[in-house]
Parts: sequence; C-alpha cells; structure tokens
Amino acid sequence: MATQDRRNTSGSATEAEEEIPDPAPAAPEAQESSQTQGVDDLLDEIDGVLESNAEEFVRGFVQKGGQ
Amino acid sequence: MIGTGGRRTAPGTVLPAVGEGISVHRVMGTETEYGIIAPALPSANPTLLSSQVVNAYAATLREGLGNLAGTRWDYTDETPLTDARGFRMDRAGAHPSQLTDEPPELSAEQIALERGEPTEAAVLMNLVLNNGARLYVDHAHPEYSSPEVTSPLDAVLWDRAGDHVAVTAMQRIGAVPGFSPVILYKNNTDNKSVSYGSHENYLVPRSVPFSKLAEALIPFFASRQVICGAGRVGLGPLNQEPGFQISQRADFFENEIGLETTVRRPIINTRDEPHAVAEKYRRLHVIIGDANLNEVSNYLKVGTTALVLSLIEQGVAPVPVLEDPVGALHAISHDPSLRTTVRLTDGRSVTGLDLQDLYCEAVLDALPADADEQTRDVVDRWQALLATLRRDPMDAARQVDWIAKLKVLEAYRARDGLAWTDPRLALIDLQYADLRPEKGIYQRLARRGDVDLLVPPAEVAWAAVHPPRDTRAYFRGRCIAEYPAEVVGASWDSLIFELAGERRLQRVQTREPLRGTAALTAELFDLAADAEDFLARLLSGPDRRVAP
Repeated sequence: MATQDRRNTSGSATEAEEEIPDPAPAAPEAQESSQTQGVDDLLDEIDGVLESNAEEFVRGFVQKGGQ
Repeated sequence: MIGTGGRRTAPGTVLPAVGEGISVHRVMGTETEYGIIAPALPSANPTLLSSQVVNAYAATLREGLGNLAGTRWDYTDETPLTDARGFRMDRAGAHPSQLTDEPPELSAEQIALERGEPTEAAVLMNLVLNNGARLYVDHAHPEYSSPEVTSPLDAVLWDRAGDHVAVTAMQRIGAVPGFSPVILYKNNTDNKSVSYGSHENYLVPRSVPFSKLAEALIPFFASRQVICGAGRVGLGPLNQEPGFQISQRADFFENEIGLETTVRRPIINTRDEPHAVAEKYRRLHVIIGDANLNEVSNYLKVGTTALVLSLIEQGVAPVPVLEDPVGALHAISHDPSLRTTVRLTDGRSVTGLDLQDLYCEAVLDALPADADEQTRDVVDRWQALLATLRRDPMDAARQVDWIAKLKVLEAYRARDGLAWTDPRLALIDLQYADLRPEKGIYQRLARRGDVDLLVPPAEVAWAAVHPPRDTRAYFRGRCIAEYPAEVVGASWDSLIFELAGERRLQRVQTREPLRGTAALTAELFDLAADAEDFLARLLSGPDRRVAP
C-alpha cells in the first residue's frame, strides 16, 4: 500500500496525547498510554484499508449533480 | 451520559399522528442519493452505473431475497412544480432536473453499452421493495426512499435498511463476471463542485401556515448541523479553500426559501407535493440535511426536527430571526470549535449551540409530564449532547459523524504532520462514507465499537425486506410481497393491479398515510385467496372499512 510508506508511528505518541481530555488524576499515565494505544491501533487499521493512491483516487471521484 | 441502545415503541401503542402535542411521533421518511463510481471505468455513465445498482438488487430479488414487482412508478400524483407558497412554477422555466414527474430514460446506445446484463429483463430504472421503499435512478445517482414510518427510531432503522440494500446491490455487481465493481458512498458531495441530497420528509397538517414553518425552521436548520453534520474536508462549493467544516451540504445552499432542489438550493424547500390527501396534509420536504452514517446523529436529526415541528404546530416555537440565514449556515459550518457567533435582528450574537439550546429549552418547557418513552429519549439525548458539545466537542465522537471524522483526521495530522491540502485527508473524508464493510472508515469504527449504535444489524437486514406495520407502507410492501405478478405499478399513494383476463388496470389509492396498516389490513391479506379475491374484498366487500 502506498499509504504505508509514510507511516511514522514511533514519532506519534506525544502529538496523540494532545487528544486526551482531562485525564483522570488517579492514574493519568495508564490512561494516556491506553488512549494513545487506541489511536495508534485505529490509524494502523485505517492505514491498512485506505485506497492506495490518495491523490488519484480523490481526483477520480467525480459525480454529476443531484438534488 | 448518552448511552447506547434505542427503545422501540411498544406494538399496539396508539401514536399521535400529526399535530398532537409535543412529540417525536409523526409520519416521516428519508431519502438517500448515494455517490457512485466504478474505479476501473472512470468515464462510465453515472446513470448507467446507477441503473446497474437497481438491476443488481432486482437480480437478488429474483434469486429469492424477495419479490420483484411494481417496477413501474405511477407518476400520476407527482407535482414537483407546485409551490407551498401558493403558486405553480411554469414548466418551461424549470430546470430539467426539477421535472421529477417524468420517468428517466436510457438511450438505446446506453443500454447497448450494458454488457452482460441478464437477458430476461429490460433495464429497470425503478423498484418498489418488499419493505415499502423505492429504489430508483434519480438523475445520476441511485436513490433509496424509505417507507413511511412514525418515529425517529424507525426512521433510522429503515434508512439503514437502504444502506443494506445498497451494499447488497454493490456486492452483487462485484460478483458478476464481466461487470466492473461499483462503490457506493453515503455522502453529499464530490468535493469538486457537485452536491447530491439526503432528504427528510415530515407530514404536517395543512392548517399550519407555511410561513410559520419557514420562520421557525430557518434558524433551526442553520444550527442543526452541530448535532448531526457529517463533516467535510474543504471549504466553499468548489473546495476552493483548505480546512474542515461541520456540514457536507452547507456551502451548497444559497437561498432561504425556494422550490429548487438542484440549483440555487434553499434552506426551506417549498415543493408542495403531499403524496397524501392534499386538503389535510403537507409533506415538508427537507433538503438541507447531511447523509448520516452514525445512527445517533440520524436519530437526533429527525427526532429534533419532529419536536420543532410539534412546537410550531402548538404555537410555542422560538423564532430567533437571523440577520443573514445563509451566511449563518456557512459560518456555523466553518467553525468546528462551535464558538463562531451569528447575528440576530434584535442585535444579539449567538452561537449555533445557543440556537439549538433555545429550541431544546422550548421543548423542555412544553413537554408534558406523561411524554412517551421515545420522545423523552430524544429530548434527553439532545440535551446531553448539547452539554457535551459545549464542554468539548471531541467528547461526542461516538454520537456525531462530523466529530468522529474530525477525530480521525486530526490524529492523522498529528501523526504524519499533514496539511489540510494533503490528498490523504481528502481520501479519509471520502472513505468515511464508503459503504463497503471492509473499506469504509465509519464501518470500521462501528466494528471496533467506537460509535454508539441504535439498531442491531439483524434488525436492519429484516427491515430491508419487511415494511413498517403502522403506515400505508405496510399495505404497499405486503401487496408487492403477496401479488408480485399482479402489481404492475406503484407510488407513495397508489398501487396498480393488472388481473389476468381483465383489460382494465385497477388503481388503489393510498392517500391516507396512517391507513393501510397491519392493524387494518393484515387480516385481509391473510384471508384473501388471490389478488382478485383481495381486490374484491378490499373494494366492494364487507371489508371496505379497512380500505386504504
């Protein structure tokens, strides 16, 4: 898949942590790592199904008018 | 906290039909125009591809998934140029796409292109399904129009049934040798310049002046997107600016009120085509909504709209007058932080959430203590969602399409440092709506348990072949299931029978949406020996009282 050559999971942890709203004070680290893990899993899964040539695929999605 | 799992109305409950108190129950239905491509055939004619969808579904019916009948649409009662404001548009002045009362036709050349089409059948452009829905070719898109239902949860169920039909057809095309696979998308724009609709229909009493509907609905529709927009990468009808916005449809709207649905689109559509007793009812045709994959978004889209209609009918709807409704629609859509304010004519500046709160509070004030379960459920979810959106919109990703989509996009931007112009983000936007179970991003989120669901998949599959029991859709669907050989045409308000040995066609009108129900007609269907006996009992026998 062409999308996989741009994967960069190792550098993603810090940025993904910004997604976390108000981590619970009791175990913030555990929650952060599990949420980060969830996001990483999700992106890995989507990487695996995204159409391979994004630019060409998006350009090819042309519709005629509707209601 | 917003939980999962919907509650069904108990069978046999008498529902207020229209204009009876503050309630989510009324006759309603949805329409979905699906985006369509055949990736291997970039120049394929979209009308032809759409007809392949209809014909592929017909093929699955022939193979035993249901009965094939009523392939001719009865256009007698279609009046797309009649304006709810009390006049009729001149036919010559109408845009060709407004002439929806004419059957679409494929040229001989287009049909000749259809390699490998099963030879026993002509090219079908229209089907009426066993569940009472219509599947047909609308301009350049396949469209599923749901059967009439009486509650938001049923609206979600039979809307999802349409997606099930679409997926079934798509998979069938992919399995036929010689046919190029087709992909269907439940979205509303190609993000180049074109938009296509997902419409809602609500039955309202004719006695409510149209101007009262319009004045209260314009600010409601300008702000409703915050709870049920589907999200879009790109700003402007031509996608001329990079960024993310809440609504797929917002940028394609240019007017406040009008008859058109394909050009100069208005927030309030005035098409007056009731498909019912015209003296008693209007069918409010809502064209501004986004197509929803998230079931809670869809549920709240129709549920809150039904509630606002009941406020209008009771004369207690708020009417915050926007200085510039179309500008407000765009401004609210363009700000996913939900902080943008729009101006009212009384000088106040309000956010989209403020406007939604106004309507939600009016419902809470007017809600009777003995409100039914589903009405209360919609109100509770609406109120809770507005509170969540005020706290942090990202916390509502399980319930709202645009937020789930934005969350995925932001995660990609964070991980890979992508600008909004990156084609991968445009692809994620598109593929969110891909209906293929393995490829669609919403489909993956649902399978992972990352979104709230309201209707179990088994129930959706059931609803693809069974009509609702509490509207005339029951009569339509059951006629098609029981008498496939004799039902030669159908529409929302009629069924046409052709009996063997009789020259004359028999047209049965179904102009009362709350007749033709299982309660009224199930016994008749069970008793009748055949179509002739059925018609005789229905139209002249002692069973006349149950006639639709």
